[in-house]
Amino acid sequence: MIFLKLFWEFFKTGMFSVGGGMATVPFLQDIAEKTGWFNSAQLADMIAVAESTPGPLGVNTATYVGYTVGLPVGGVGTGILGAVIATLGLITPSIIIIIVIAYFLEKFRTNRYVDAAFYGLRPASVGLIGAAGINIVLLSFFRVSSLSQLAAGFHFDYRHILLAALVLVLTRYVKPTKKLHPIYFILMSAVIGIVFGFAQ
Amino acid sequence: MNVYLDLFLTFAKVGVMTFGGGYAMLPILQREVVENKHWAKDEELMDYYAIGQCTPGVIAVNTATFIGKKFKGIPGGIIATLGVVFPSLVIITLIAAVLTNFADLPVVQNAFAGIRVCVCVFIFNAVMKLWKSAVVDIPTGVLFAIVFLGSVFLDLSPVVYVLFAGIMGIVLTVMGVRKK
Repeated sequence: MIFLKLFWEFFKTGMFSVGGGMATVPFLQDIAEKTGWFNSAQLADMIAVAESTPGPLGVNTATYVGYTVGLPVGGVGTGILGAVIATLGLITPSIIIIIVIAYFLEKFRTNRYVDAAFYGLRPASVGLIGAAGINIVLLSFFRVSSLSQLAAGFHFDYRHILLAALVLVLTRYVKPTKKLHPIYFILMSAVIGIVFGFAQ
Repeated sequence: MNVYLDLFLTFAKVGVMTFGGGYAMLPILQREVVENKHWAKDEELMDYYAIGQCTPGVIAVNTATFIGKKFKGIPGGIIATLGVVFPSLVIITLIAAVLTNFADLPVVQNAFAGIRVCVCVFIFNAVMKLWKSAVVDIPTGVLFAIVFLGSVFLDLSPVVYVLFAGIMGIVLTVMGVRKK
């Protein structure tokens, strides 16, 4: 039953992703690899849409993935069902965990084992997000979906590197643009992609 | 107005106004929940937010559950959470429905080829930002390297790394490897 599995996969994502919206990306990549419901290219596109629309990034991506998985089952209706199920799967662990914690709030905050676990969890979260990023880099710059495929040949376009450098400089070093909302950079990249035919 | 409806609508409003996720949410929560509705005090909000960040799950969702639970018990927690995700469900489903019909057009393909490059930079920026508070000494640097290289080269579920890192965090602290 695809919807039950969808709920379970997103339940796991909500249960184990630590550190905000981007922390769900490694789990989504794992789902893509295991199930074949969607591919890395679709995932990158879903992240872009999630970043440029209202709502928390993790929730938006879950909704999008759920819709994509449900759609082939029976059209728009099952797509919407998939979106709802994936989102509910993602938030169910949060609801349970937070309600439990709310009962012993102070003890949780000052517990040395909780603090110690997070000392280890934080760098792991960065490592997972970084590794998920490598896959999206391979896809965006070399048009392959994994490291092992690089050997079989790839397509490289130096203009993609120029765009990456431009976005990097604008988002990190140029004061007036640094604080701009991600949607501006996404729109700029879309226009550049269209004008210079990036998919060719 | 019914309190639960009020809770749902207020958090739906927070969901609509949160662009990009947890970090953007705090000023909006401050205005809606603390100043307009008086459901929580500033200090409480900061506490919830801090715990929301260091518990599993999406930060915005965790914070919403916390405030709803405090205000109206378990049903409150559930309703606030459903409120905060409701706008995403509507907006994203609409966009997804439209985009899937146009995904094969060359103009859409070119646009997304450009956008993917941009997403790479966003992920890089997120990693750099989280790095500062996460990789604070040699043991955390080693943990980062193990998880990063492991997940690039091995085919294991991220769950394995999360459990491993949580246990290692406790072991390293108990052993006194971690600097105070």
